[in-house]
Amino acid sequence: MHASPVAPSMSAERSGSLPGEQRVVNDFSIQVGTVNGSGSQTANNVLMRSIFQMGVPVSGKNLFPSNIAGLPTWFTIRASKQGYIGRKKEIDFLVAMNPETAREDVMNLAPGTAAVYDAPLNLNELRDDIHFYPVPFDKLVAPVCPEAKLRKLVRNMIYDGVVAHLLGIDLEEMRKALYKQFGEKKKKAAELNWGAVLAGREYAEKNLVKTDPYWVEPMDKTAGKLILDGNTAAALGCVFAGVTVLTWYPITPSSSLAEALISYLGRFRHDEETKKATYAVVQAEDELASIGMAIGAGWAGARSMTCTSGPGISLMSEFIGLAYFAEIPVVVVDVQRVGPSTGLPTRTMQGDILSNAVLSHGDTHHPVLFPSSPEECFTMAQDAFDLAEQFQTPVFLNMDLDLGMNNWMSDPFPYPEKPLVRGKVLDAAALEKLGGFARYKDVDGDAIPYRTLPGTNHPAAAYFTRGTGHNERAGYSEREDDWIHNMDRLNRKFENMRTQAPGPDVHYMEGARVGLVCCGTSRYAVRESRDQLSRERGMNPSWLRLRAYPFSKELEEFIDRHERVYVVDQNRDAQLLMLMRMEMTPERIAKLRSVRYYGGLPLDARTVTDEIVRQEGL
Amino acid sequence: MSTAPAAPKKTNRIGLEVLPYRGGKTTLCAGCGHNSITERLIEAYYEMGVEPWRVAKMSGIGCSSKTPAYFLSQSHGFNAVHGRAPAVATGALLGNHTLQCVVISGDGDTASIGIGQFMHMLRRNVPLTYIIENNGVYGLTKGQFSATADVGSKLKTGIVNEMHPIDCCLMGIELGATLVARSFSGDKRQLSAILKAAIAHNGLSVIDVISPCVTFNDHVGSTKSYAWMKDHEEPLHEVDFVPGFSEIEVEFEEGESRVVQLHDGSRVLLHKLEHDYDPTNRFHAVEVLHEATRRQEVLTGIIYLDNKRANFTETLDMVDVPLATLPMERVRPTKQVLEQIIEEFR
Ligand SMILES: Cc1ncc(C[n+]2csc(CCOP(=O)(O)OP(=O)(O)O)c2C)c(N)n1
Ligand code: SF4
Ligand SMILES: [Mg+2]
Repeated sequence: MHASPVAPSMSAERSGSLPGEQRVVNDFSIQVGTVNGSGSQTANNVLMRSIFQMGVPVSGKNLFPSNIAGLPTWFTIRASKQGYIGRKKEIDFLVAMNPETAREDVMNLAPGTAAVYDAPLNLNELRDDIHFYPVPFDKLVAPVCPEAKLRKLVRNMIYDGVVAHLLGIDLEEMRKALYKQFGEKKKKAAELNWGAVLAGREYAEKNLVKTDPYWVEPMDKTAGKLILDGNTAAALGCVFAGVTVLTWYPITPSSSLAEALISYLGRFRHDEETKKATYAVVQAEDELASIGMAIGAGWAGARSMTCTSGPGISLMSEFIGLAYFAEIPVVVVDVQRVGPSTGLPTRTMQGDILSNAVLSHGDTHHPVLFPSSPEECFTMAQDAFDLAEQFQTPVFLNMDLDLGMNNWMSDPFPYPEKPLVRGKVLDAAALEKLGGFARYKDVDGDAIPYRTLPGTNHPAAAYFTRGTGHNERAGYSEREDDWIHNMDRLNRKFENMRTQAPGPDVHYMEGARVGLVCCGTSRYAVRESRDQLSRERGMNPSWLRLRAYPFSKELEEFIDRHERVYVVDQNRDAQLLMLMRMEMTPERIAKLRSVRYYGGLPLDARTVTDEIVRQEGL
Repeated sequence: MSTAPAAPKKTNRIGLEVLPYRGGKTTLCAGCGHNSITERLIEAYYEMGVEPWRVAKMSGIGCSSKTPAYFLSQSHGFNAVHGRAPAVATGALLGNHTLQCVVISGDGDTASIGIGQFMHMLRRNVPLTYIIENNGVYGLTKGQFSATADVGSKLKTGIVNEMHPIDCCLMGIELGATLVARSFSGDKRQLSAILKAAIAHNGLSVIDVISPCVTFNDHVGSTKSYAWMKDHEEPLHEVDFVPGFSEIEVEFEEGESRVVQLHDGSRVLLHKLEHDYDPTNRFHAVEVLHEATRRQEVLTGIIYLDNKRANFTETLDMVDVPLATLPMERVRPTKQVLEQIIEEFR
């Protein structure tokens, strides 16, 4: 028996009681339990979109197994008039479609939850404090879907109709959402599925009496917004960053980034006249090869990248050290999943913060960018390429499964106004003027040397790239002074990134004694927890969201201005906090507290709040 | 002041002296086979009149992998990580497909740690010259067996190899390299001709060059020693190379030689020795290699040649100029495109 990954929680500020209670409008979560490969994804996206189209802020989280078909999967939709789009721990409305998990799913619910279920499962016998809505899905699907083969897929659309009726979702919006989901080319399929929605709705209208308090009502909070996943957004960022080489090896949860990128490159990056590609994509044989190729391409002057997840990062370690030391630009997108080892490949974690920052042997450190939204995936993908070429070094774009694979509301992306930063590259004309160059010499005092590209037609262009000790002229050297001189320059170069990488998002609160620090997708839970702490505990903490490593001085300032600072991590070992400790004074370190969650689900506000309340002794 | 005019310096067809084709002074052991291969490379590039700035020299790690520092001082070089030069070279060619790429590797670099990358490079037919300086041992880590060591070959310490060797030529033929050759560092004439053919070839050339390690594997009992090669080298044919730019008429007797025309108009002449050999017959190529192994002979020459298959960068259908040089206008789509995409998510 598979248990729902969502632990039961009674701690919520919810009041569950049967009929007569107050209406709860645009502030609840729906969880749908299905079997993966059953087409439930479409039904769930249509449901989520319908609510979004009614102007209500939503988020969707797909909790899926590492499997192609047949295992349980859950989809959580949260509607929040306040705009909280992090995961909500508590479930308010359950749709129990998977016979294997339905009983346990129902047993885990808090009293007062609503539950739509497949009638033959007789779940209503389990408890009497739930608003039960039995629906005979098989009976309803037969007449609307004559082709028996397709019934398994169409059946799920019925719950959309039932839920639309129970929650008061505008049917016209649902129709629009459904036709959008199927697209122009699949009109027939859309019609078939729409029939199922209507059948569900008609059944609910005639047979179900609403007793739960949850309602969707129109708002105007989503006008102009988009719904998309972070991987797609990051892929678009790479397209507009002018990526020219992508080398990759498939791994969840980064594959869909590569696949989206390949599709956009195919659509928008062919020469108008010749139709030839202004890019190259190679599916490599493993991550050793994908990073090796990306580094080779970066060395040759391409805007090159690879994307992967933790296991791939581990394999790339040696090569990243080479790129750091030989000063070769390359972008590595890490869509993090749960490790160590194969871990929970389809669950989320901020598991590679430390490994991104210091990957490889010897003294190394690398800039890491922490996008938290599709919009930042788009802009920071561009920042990553610019930083890589400006500083001639590997740059990590540190995403996670929650951000990459789940659907998010987003503002439209701004068209990049800034030209591409291509860094210090000397061409033949420049070499002619200078009479030569020294590859690793700090000419400008910013620790960034000049480079030339292979294929530059000038006798002084060539230099020898190596991972072995070298002097300023790139000559082999084992001399102590050459080594130290070079390592110190690399360090100065890294220091200079502090002011060039995206700065933090800081919110000081009046009279706050406590501050919260996080990065990436922890943002949503932390923001909501902040409000919970103010509302429920009168704390009013400030908060700071880091957007890049190396950290800028705003972080130190933030710590200085608070008595205690809670650093929120989605990993067991407090990786973000550890990274902060690596460069902080003992006084600042003494102020740091750790809030950690590492169960594989997107972080929720209640978990953060409960832990801070505990540590604060409130 | 002397009035006698200085003797004109010798130059190649593009007017360069040999100097830019040379590199730094070798730091390898005197007598190391790798040094001879470096000499042949210098000659080949000089005589072919290759513009040094077009060449990218790549390598992994090992004594052999150090050698790119010893030739073509005016070409970019990249001494990467152990066994991974194929990936780096492939990537460099993605960034700039107009580069003339040469990879120098060792038998440890290729057949052990790098075997995976080697095999996938073969499948792709990446357009480059891949030279394996094969001494049967890991020179740089002081003489342990490599995966090309023959069964029965003995280390100085007395350890005998019992494992089946990996034959990089067989693998090349099997997996998609389009020019596969084996040679010997001591065979000046043959190696020169093969290197030139590889430089001219439009596709992946794999050249396995037996290159004795005088320090760790040149003793009695070694099957990669100078002495062993003297007794066991068995040339398939005599190889001549006639470059495309040459105006020399080649003369040969019908039935005594084969001529294979390469992409750039160059011709490879294979003069018959004992038997006629057709290097375009893949099955036969595999057969003669197995036969030679059975007889404890080291077969040398151009074992396989396919001058028709498209190479990897051609199949990617990239724009003609190097991707690395594309200006922003050609790689960042317009605002209208972004708006169109954004509409799809509303
Ligand atoms: C990841 C890694 N493992 C091990 C080594 C140590 N190492 C350096 S060279 C070498 C073997 C080289 O043998 P080969 O490629 O045959 O070159 P040769 O020195 O014989 O020319 C090894 C094992 C290394 N540099 N990197
Ligand atoms: S140890 Fe062997 S392979 Fe290395 S340089 Fe000396 S002779 Fe050559
Ligand atoms: Mg060797």
